[in-house]
Amino acid sequence: MPDLRTEEMTINMGPQHPSTHGVLRMKLRTDGEVVNSIEPVLGYLHRCFEKHAENLEYPQIIPYVERCDYLASMNDDLGYALAVEKLLGIEIPERVEYLRVIFAELNRIASHLVAFGTFGLDVGVQTPFIYAFREREMILDLFEMTCGARLLYNYIWIGGLSHDIPEGFVEKCYDFLDYFEPRIKEYNDLLTTNKIFVERTADVGVIPQDVAISYGLTGPQLRASGVDWDLRRDEPYSIYDRFDWKVITGTDSFGSLGDTWDRYYVKILEMEESAKIVRQALDQLPVEGDVQEAVPRKIRPPEGALYFRSENPRGELGFYIVSEGHPKPMRVKMRSPALCNLSVIDEITSGWMIADVVAVLGSLDIVLGEIDR
Amino acid sequence: MTPEEIHERLADEFGEAILEFSDEQLARYILVDADHWYEIAKYLAGDPDLYFDSLMCLSGVDYGPKKDRMEVVYNLHSMRHLHKITIKIQGPREDFHVPSVEYIWRTADWHEREAYDLFGIVFDGHRNLKRLLLPDDWQGHPLKKDYEVQEYYHGIRVPKVKPKRISP
Repeated sequence: MPDLRTEEMTINMGPQHPSTHGVLRMKLRTDGEVVNSIEPVLGYLHRCFEKHAENLEYPQIIPYVERCDYLASMNDDLGYALAVEKLLGIEIPERVEYLRVIFAELNRIASHLVAFGTFGLDVGVQTPFIYAFREREMILDLFEMTCGARLLYNYIWIGGLSHDIPEGFVEKCYDFLDYFEPRIKEYNDLLTTNKIFVERTADVGVIPQDVAISYGLTGPQLRASGVDWDLRRDEPYSIYDRFDWKVITGTDSFGSLGDTWDRYYVKILEMEESAKIVRQALDQLPVEGDVQEAVPRKIRPPEGALYFRSENPRGELGFYIVSEGHPKPMRVKMRSPALCNLSVIDEITSGWMIADVVAVLGSLDIVLGEIDR
Repeated sequence: MTPEEIHERLADEFGEAILEFSDEQLARYILVDADHWYEIAKYLAGDPDLYFDSLMCLSGVDYGPKKDRMEVVYNLHSMRHLHKITIKIQGPREDFHVPSVEYIWRTADWHEREAYDLFGIVFDGHRNLKRLLLPDDWQGHPLKKDYEVQEYYHGIRVPKVKPKRISP
């Protein structure tokens, strides 16, 4: 067959594609069904948040920060607020610390639920998505009841919170935990150990530990490769050192360590751990305390720079803030965990099928708002 | 190791290429010479006592035309020894060249592309230095303090947004 064309073909996946989780475009160089290399093209959601931040005062940046990772706004707010508080050197009341942890962990559960549900969609199952959103809805109800917003909260302020929790919140939160904890077994029965799902994900897109660290992978993606590292335990910020929970790392129960299945399963187990933290925080929550007591009137950090990192559902969320002693920061750099997690995709998927790229991308759990900033 | 010990170690090894060391609460960094950065980085990542295997963050910083300097900041962390260090490189605001470290820490690949995109810092030796977030044919580097938005982009007027004065 002399006329048969055997050269590589370049095809486009995205920017409008259901399995790229937003407006991500990937240029795939393919040889038949096999992918030889992937070049992600970013920036479709770019709005230069960092430039905006230079023209705003510190508290006004919070709404911008939470629009970066819109699935885990509480965690983004918390990271930013803690960074500025560290610059200012202020103490936070106990009650605020507990409430922050409760909301951050609830948001982590919500974010992992989306990851779990949409990962199911990526590999071709519809049902888990509906289950995940059913539970997520309850968390959003709790948020709505507290601050009126369901997605972008502007709840965690520098030095405090925008509102105290309403009456009945604690009971409702306990109810949710009682309802949620048994659901995890349901997810496992439904998807985790499903034979088709396991065959679709086990041994696909394995990330060895050294590659994971070199590419700056963090969060569940790093732990799935067997690296026992969680900022909440290893560099405890806020009050995470007061709770009894464990860091989940990948196991090789299906396929090899660090594969797509591991990255998926770590998130499922992490929801359980987050629920544990929320329960303990609710038990220990101090009754008295004004949540706005420590909110500074004027925010003018001293001259200097600082890099602060915290554990977002997607990994290490870092803020490098340079202050020149003005009410506006000189520079705010956000180290986005999803950006670093995505950068590994070319390394691990070359040689796999196009359908596997979709599975690997889903397991990396990216949010484009945060990648493009 | 403490930042001081790391600084001593580097000063012994590289002498004059280590320019400055600051150990204040909000300014803890080692300033190094751009020309020797690649060797220093290799040493930082490879030496068994230092072993900085993870590059947490790479940021460009522009101090504006008045101060007339630009910086690249590397926040390094060692997953084995659990110590940290901040390395800074200073240079001019125009035509700032820094050796690329993307061979050493793969995550530097995209971070350097981002710094090139938004600040115009050129990373020599980078295998694929092109814009990361903005379109390839965009003019200027937005995070420079004196950045002016181009008037038209493919025939579409780019709206000028002036920073609003916000009353406290």
